[in-house]
Amino acid sequence: MSLQNMNKEHYIAYLLRLADDRLILGQRLSEWCGHGPELEEDLALANMALDMIGHASALYGMAAEIEGQGHDEDHFAYFRDDADFTNLQLVELPRGDFAFTMARMFLFSSFSYFQYEGLKNAADEQLRGLLNKHLKEIKYHLRHSRDWVLRLGDGTEESHHKIQEAFDEIWMYTGELFYMDDVDQTLINDGNGVALDSFYNEWKKLVTETLEEATLTVPDWDQFMISGSRLGSHTEHLGHILAQMQFLRRSHPEAEWK
Amino acid sequence: MPGSSVTYNEDQLWTMLSEVIDPEIPVLNVVEMGIVRGVSFEGGKVIVRITPTYSGCPAMNAIEKAVNDKLEQKGLQHYEVVTDYAEVWTTDWMTDRAKLKLKDYGIAPPEKTSDDDDFLSSMKKTKIIPCPFCDSLETELQSEFGSTACKSQYFCNSCHQPFEHFKCI
Repeated sequence: MSLQNMNKEHYIAYLLRLADDRLILGQRLSEWCGHGPELEEDLALANMALDMIGHASALYGMAAEIEGQGHDEDHFAYFRDDADFTNLQLVELPRGDFAFTMARMFLFSSFSYFQYEGLKNAADEQLRGLLNKHLKEIKYHLRHSRDWVLRLGDGTEESHHKIQEAFDEIWMYTGELFYMDDVDQTLINDGNGVALDSFYNEWKKLVTETLEEATLTVPDWDQFMISGSRLGSHTEHLGHILAQMQFLRRSHPEAEWK
Repeated sequence: MPGSSVTYNEDQLWTMLSEVIDPEIPVLNVVEMGIVRGVSFEGGKVIVRITPTYSGCPAMNAIEKAVNDKLEQKGLQHYEVVTDYAEVWTTDWMTDRAKLKLKDYGIAPPEKTSDDDDFLSSMKKTKIIPCPFCDSLETELQSEFGSTACKSQYFCNSCHQPFEHFKCI
């Protein structure tokens, strides 16, 4: 990335938003390891967790390079506190049951799909390459979670009920997926960003069609939506997940994988 | 030999790199996998560019280390292994020979990537993957995700064998 004439702070903020979403969701998904409803699904959840953490790691690495203070990706993952994290509240909510996990995965990966499609032609070569690589994996996440939404929604009475409840519960966390501020604007101006509202209708259409196909009721799009996580406001759950994730690393700050 | 100055030409370097085996698919080397993107010489230094297959692939660190070890072992003193993201790895870079080796190893090789512009409609369809053991088309997808990030799981209804498919990305 060419570091000259660049609004470094906005680039770092942008990369951290993308990375924090993926790190936290990856951590949530990894909680399923050994607890999946069946062996294949256990592997799938662990694989998706690995992808998410891999994406986060690469994005943190790029942020560290732009920052230029000798930090590496671990610094961003392990040595920041909850208020410094700018992930969506959507991804920090406890993993819930399997229906909740899949409802969230579907909403997040469908959003990510459109977002990364919009970033496909980013001006910066390394950023573009990285995001296009991630997009290939996001497609798998979207296909997989969409299949489960259909299967659970159009499944038994119990599975239908559980996933309907999951969507109802999670709905108020979807509003801020589309939050934008001058951080986004800087990247858009440089040809490295995407206007999130440009794909809002397409995303809404995909979600609506999927839920309807799954015989589910689409919750109210205009209901109350929470906001603020891109600026560091979080639920109580983030502190707990960070405590668990960061504890070991902070106890041994000098430790290195060899 | 370490200490003495050893020089290699580009072909020799490629041959050397093709001795580095993929740790998770031991029948393939990192050149046939398309992981090594380029070898160049810059100011007396050998630059090897590699690109990751899957972002979260735990084998990537091992591969990077194995490439470094190989160069060191062959007596190179000035070299650097660079991870390059600009080119996005695709299974299309796997050589035909590599795909055949995968099949012989019992993993259904990736098909050619189609232009995924219409992903939203193509995601609703299921692809038919031939069984690597009996070539039957009567197979079914068990899971999009398998034992490693790069594979999915199938079952053959003809020879009743489970098998893995190297995802096409």
